[in-house]
Amino acid sequence: MLGLNKNDTTLFLVVLGLTLLAPFILNPFPEGTGMAQFNAGYPDLMQRFVIFGIFAIGFNILFGLTGYLSFGHAAFLGVGSYAAIWSLKLFTLDVIPAIIFAIILAGAFSLLVGFISLRRSGIYFSILTLAFAQMSYALAYSVLTPLTGGETGLQIKGTDTPLLSNVAEGEIGRANFLGMEMGSGFDWAAGGWAFTFNLGYYIAAVAMLIAFYLSIRIFRSPFGIMLRAVKSNQQRMNYTGLSPKPYTLAAFVISGMYAGLAGGLMVAMDTQVGPERMFWTASGEVVIMTILGGAGTLLGPVLGAGFIKYFENIVSKINKDILHNWFAFLPDGFEDVMVSLVYPFVGKGWHLTLGIMFMLVVIFLPGGLVEGGQRLMGLFRRKSKSSEADEADGTEPAE
Amino acid sequence: MDQFIVQILNGLDKGSAYALIALGLTLIFGTLGVVNFAHGALFMLGSFCAVIMSRILSASHKVAVPGETDFLGNPLMRDQPYVYDWFGEAAGATIVDWAVPISILFAIPVMIGVGFIMERGLIKHFYKRPHADQILVTFALAIVLQEVIKYFFGANPIQTPAPEAFDGSLDFGSWLGFDPLTIMYPYWRLVYFLFAALIIAGVFAFLQFTTFGMVVRAGMADRETVGLLGIDIDKRFTLMFGIAAAVAGLAGVMYAPIVAPNYHMGMDFLVLSFVVVVVGGMGSLPGAVAAGFLLGILESFASMPWMVDKLPGINQIIIYLVAIIILLTRPRGLMGRKGVMED
Repeated sequence: MLGLNKNDTTLFLVVLGLTLLAPFILNPFPEGTGMAQFNAGYPDLMQRFVIFGIFAIGFNILFGLTGYLSFGHAAFLGVGSYAAIWSLKLFTLDVIPAIIFAIILAGAFSLLVGFISLRRSGIYFSILTLAFAQMSYALAYSVLTPLTGGETGLQIKGTDTPLLSNVAEGEIGRANFLGMEMGSGFDWAAGGWAFTFNLGYYIAAVAMLIAFYLSIRIFRSPFGIMLRAVKSNQQRMNYTGLSPKPYTLAAFVISGMYAGLAGGLMVAMDTQVGPERMFWTASGEVVIMTILGGAGTLLGPVLGAGFIKYFENIVSKINKDILHNWFAFLPDGFEDVMVSLVYPFVGKGWHLTLGIMFMLVVIFLPGGLVEGGQRLMGLFRRKSKSSEADEADGTEPAE
Repeated sequence: MDQFIVQILNGLDKGSAYALIALGLTLIFGTLGVVNFAHGALFMLGSFCAVIMSRILSASHKVAVPGETDFLGNPLMRDQPYVYDWFGEAAGATIVDWAVPISILFAIPVMIGVGFIMERGLIKHFYKRPHADQILVTFALAIVLQEVIKYFFGANPIQTPAPEAFDGSLDFGSWLGFDPLTIMYPYWRLVYFLFAALIIAGVFAFLQFTTFGMVVRAGMADRETVGLLGIDIDKRFTLMFGIAAAVAGLAGVMYAPIVAPNYHMGMDFLVLSFVVVVVGGMGSLPGAVAAGFLLGILESFASMPWMVDKLPGINQIIIYLVAIIILLTRPRGLMGRKGVMED
């Protein structure tokens, strides 16, 4: 289907199903029960899942395929965000042009950064991208305040009158898609469950599906093979008469455009942007997402992004009272012991859990969660096979 | 002219911190070939050694103040550190006051121990893995370390003052024949600079003039041959890792009075010290030190008012700008050795 082979089609359909049905899947617990806080099916978080999914998919095209570890990808996300908000402020309140501007501007900026940074490789490349990103952050924070709003960032204000949209004087315009507001949607209550379907989420979800499809095509294309060649042995590639530079630069720009798309979508969902979006920890976050999920795999980055954003928003909300509720079935002394044992790892301490998990993944599972899944599957398969073999041995008549 | 000297002086203390961290990073990279992203966290741990020590020294109990009562008629209680009991009032007060310098003694064994555990427990297993893996695992370790510190000490900076004797500033200008009060330099920053210079000199002397140092240098140049000569080079490199950790830790201890320790100060310094290492040249110890001071001083020059007037924002980006220019024009950094991470 669509030029994909059978396995990829299945994968794509699974992702398609999961994304479109996310409001159901992420809300497995009825409202009002103790488990309801684990529901992630509210629009704000679902949007973040898919947007950071796009960001990580793009990063994976660069890091997963070519092995170039960029520590400055948040800069492209930030540039995309600023482009999108200016389009909303000046041009039209429709989000589609805003997102297109975001992609184009982020692409142009990544072309510039990539052209310079890709003259070096290894850790030098990482430091160069980091330096560019930190410079963009510092400039957006201070000197470029007329363009970026400095520390406070940019929002749509009552004084903005976009060229193509009819906004009354003093009215604060809202981002829309063909006239429908991003926040619109409908709620559906079924029994104890409440599901929210949100237009903004579905726009972001469709964007992610397109991004995911393109990434599958890139992975399977001759261009993708070239990128893998860059990773495995540049020298051999040179000897066969091919220059790695244009391929890596193309990968860099593509992943920059993905970051721009993610930045544009962020602004479309929540019309504001600040410079902290470009800080180097934001770049570090997408690195963690990609590695945690599995660099160089198709599904890995999406998984990693979902995983980290879930942690950030759900696990960080667990407080002492909730823990006491959980362990209430234990005798009094044990309850307190368990709570004080678990508490450092949840709530405000979720970064600690994340760090430990990240370490474990890097040490034991260099392929990330995807490799973990595959190993588990392999384990079961081998077990069932070997047990079959045992039976076969057992039933064979002895000579 | 006096402005010029002020900026050089201002750059010295930050430059000293950069130089010390970069020195440790380069020691680790040069000996073990590992890119250690947790080095900033070691600096932060050092800083918290000072916090812990000052808390230990001022651990106190309640005693009654003789001859005074509170409004209920009970004897008035006040906190009295245990050291007052042990060493007497005057000596005790001095010890509490000098907590930061005293914590150097505490920090050295602690940091060498931390470095030893880190190397044997984690980094040892990453020698054969690609540099990207080393970066990632040490980055993760840095997150874990800083979160542990955050759990125990909270997210707010903790003021850790220098001894009272170092309060105030040195009127440096009057020495050089300028008007008084034009070039002022806080005493503690001067101490920090001298301390950093001492440590740097110590590390270089250790490597240059001891047999141990000679073996380590030989190992840095050609690890296999040293191994073939029957020397257990791994053991010595592990110790070097401990020393590098101690250097970072000491840089942190003495920096505590300048910037109040907080859990993310390591990350703030890490990015800049990597830039410093790369500018100085991967694997070059003199390069790391020189680049540390150079970038520290450049940064303070760039924040001079007339500089900021002419090129707004230059103070924010100067280090990165210099790094980009040097990396693109001098592939090996300022003093990089041939053949070390040149691609």
